[in-house]
Amino acid sequence: METKNIMIVGVGGQGSLLASKLLGRLLVDEGYDVKVSEVHGMSQRGGSVVTYVRFGDKVYSPVIEDGEADFIVSFEKLEAARYADKLKKDGTVIVNTQQIDPMPVIIGAKTYPEDILDTMAQKGVNVDGIDALSLANEAGSSKACNIVLMGRLAKYFDIPVEKWQAAIEKCVKPQFVEINHKAFELGYNF
Amino acid sequence: MKELLIGNAAVARGLYDAGCKVISSYPGTPSTEITETFAKFDNAYCEWAPNEKVAAEAAFGASLNGKRSSCCMKHVGLNVAADPLFTMSYTGINGGMVICVADDAGMHSSQNEQDSRHYAIASKVPMLEPSDSQEAYDFARAAFDISEEFDTPVLLKMCTRVAHSQSIVETREPLTDTDKEYQKLPQKYIMAPANAIRRHPFVEERTQKLTEYAETSPLNRVEEGDGSKDFGIITSSTSYQYVKEVFGDTVSVLKLGIINPLPVKLIRDFASKLDKVYVVEELDPIVETHCKNIGVDVVGKDIFSITGEFSQKTISKALGLEDKFSVKLDEDIPVRPPMMCAGCPHRGMYYVLAKNKVTVLGDIGCYTLGMAPPLNALDMTLCMGASVSGIHGFNVAGGEECEKKTVCVIGDSTFMHSGVTGLINIAYNQSNSTVIILDNSITGMTGHQQNPTTGYSIKGDPAGKVNLEDLCHSIGINSVRVVDPYNLAECEKVLKEEMAKAEPSVIISRRPCVLLKYVKPKKPLHVNPEKCKSCKRCMKFGCPAISFKDNHAVVDPTLCVGCGVCEQLCAFDAFESEVD
Repeated sequence: METKNIMIVGVGGQGSLLASKLLGRLLVDEGYDVKVSEVHGMSQRGGSVVTYVRFGDKVYSPVIEDGEADFIVSFEKLEAARYADKLKKDGTVIVNTQQIDPMPVIIGAKTYPEDILDTMAQKGVNVDGIDALSLANEAGSSKACNIVLMGRLAKYFDIPVEKWQAAIEKCVKPQFVEINHKAFELGYNF
Repeated sequence: MKELLIGNAAVARGLYDAGCKVISSYPGTPSTEITETFAKFDNAYCEWAPNEKVAAEAAFGASLNGKRSSCCMKHVGLNVAADPLFTMSYTGINGGMVICVADDAGMHSSQNEQDSRHYAIASKVPMLEPSDSQEAYDFARAAFDISEEFDTPVLLKMCTRVAHSQSIVETREPLTDTDKEYQKLPQKYIMAPANAIRRHPFVEERTQKLTEYAETSPLNRVEEGDGSKDFGIITSSTSYQYVKEVFGDTVSVLKLGIINPLPVKLIRDFASKLDKVYVVEELDPIVETHCKNIGVDVVGKDIFSITGEFSQKTISKALGLEDKFSVKLDEDIPVRPPMMCAGCPHRGMYYVLAKNKVTVLGDIGCYTLGMAPPLNALDMTLCMGASVSGIHGFNVAGGEECEKKTVCVIGDSTFMHSGVTGLINIAYNQSNSTVIILDNSITGMTGHQQNPTTGYSIKGDPAGKVNLEDLCHSIGINSVRVVDPYNLAECEKVLKEEMAKAEPSVIISRRPCVLLKYVKPKKPLHVNPEKCKSCKRCMKFGCPAISFKDNHAVVDPTLCVGCGVCEQLCAFDAFESEVD
């Protein structure tokens, strides 16, 4: 099997590490060779963050380069656009439609690009937008955006839903399993 | 057992399974998780030390007394630990000793891009360089064996991509009975000139033996390609993974795991079967220079950059392979730099400093982010502790007028690391410098590690606690003030008073990091649009929770922690607390 490439992007503090932990766990359990690469430290402080998840028969590089990503899962609209050049020709973006202004926009030095998701679609990107924040709140916590998006991503895979839910149980504390199971379902059934 | 582990966790597991009993470290991205992971294991001692020199010497002491030991640090930490390193090379070890050092090509979270391999060469200490988590585990174990077989500390070199990438690790049976007896051996361990002069030839002979070992060690290996003689590649670390990503098994590769000393015959034999040899290595041309020195013609930095991180694209581009299709949006995407969090206690002090146009010599930590717009509050950041040492020299050069408008800022952990010696210099040489300790009661940037001022150990148990006020007094600083950075008026008053004083002074700006679990956020504020006069004064504060929409300020309730500093800034009382 050719290596599959998923990027998880967003704003530092949005919970991309849990999403990549879940994916890593699931894909190892499915018997794939897996590499997950993330950056810690300064990049976490509200900056743009990116995590690479690669899986297949044998994975070498831990990073995803231009034109290689099958999926970008983005926690925020602008971040989806920032990494669009990493997508394959028929690549898909699963994006939380939330807007979080970066500091240059907050202080008025730059403007937040309008209709950025439409711009991406016009360039041939498959854009799958979802109001993950509302669904996460419906599940019981705004912090569950990451799992709503994982639920949406699961639609594109042949792995049974029960296996995703089982992987969630292994990755979150027992008291948060219920919220995250619900968040996953809301994303999956959106 | 097979697990998906980041490289740093794999190192910790490898050290532990090799019988490592003592680790002393100072946190630093991308090395921190080695020590944090090790701290969770039973029946082994683990600590945060105030700095890397102390950590390396503590680990050396444990080795001297027969335990396998380790210390872990980022690349610039090895500058601090270089002093013991160079002479530990002479003494050798008793229990095995492994020094883990993590480089940061690409500078994800560092102030420079130095290449630690130079230290291995300069100190004549062997260095191993894993390329994924499995090797991180295996090499950590091998490093202890090499340490004891050759009587030397061993450097285990990580880089950001290996340290922070997860891949599958199969662990093996842990070793037992690795402890040794202490023996008093003055000629080996007392490095006075008469003894040291006899140890230097030992070091040179050891390097010869290690070179012979590197010729046949399984840590270096040749992977035959499909038989083509056109070209082959010598590589190591994460670069090996990029080479394999591009070429798979089609090209012959010499994959080096021992990066110091480098083999001679192995490289000559490999190159002799090929028309052309490329060396793919991040940062400096260490392997390339070695090849050229032993008469092997290679191509390296002529086509591969000496700066930054590599990827598979670096290699395909340098070797002229076709670019992959890539979406181009033709949009101006605003950058999203890291910034101080909403409610960060540093922001209040920085606002006051920026407002008063104070010259600020900075240091290493979250508070380096005070450099960014709109605060633009910093003038200098060099290395750990340099703010305190530097302000002294700055004021000596600038004289009385300069002293009245200059401060330095340093975090609690960085002050413990190497700020206190600079403050002793200020006290001793009596410069009228004003030092601000930004005490957020944790080591912030590296992800919340305890330090000597917090009162807790790495395992979260009660520990000794340095009292900053007492410490400053005891070294001769008479004027020590404590302020709450959420109180802008108090900060401004004390700042002006202390800068005006004709004596050394310390201001401790104290409030715990807002991300600490025990810090409970207050209810978010909101803006009353009737009262907001659109003056944008609150925008000069740089709080990520405040933005400007429909001609008035708005607060993002998911980010706001109710610190209330914006309330103090607003002349029209537009910020309002939520009524319960």
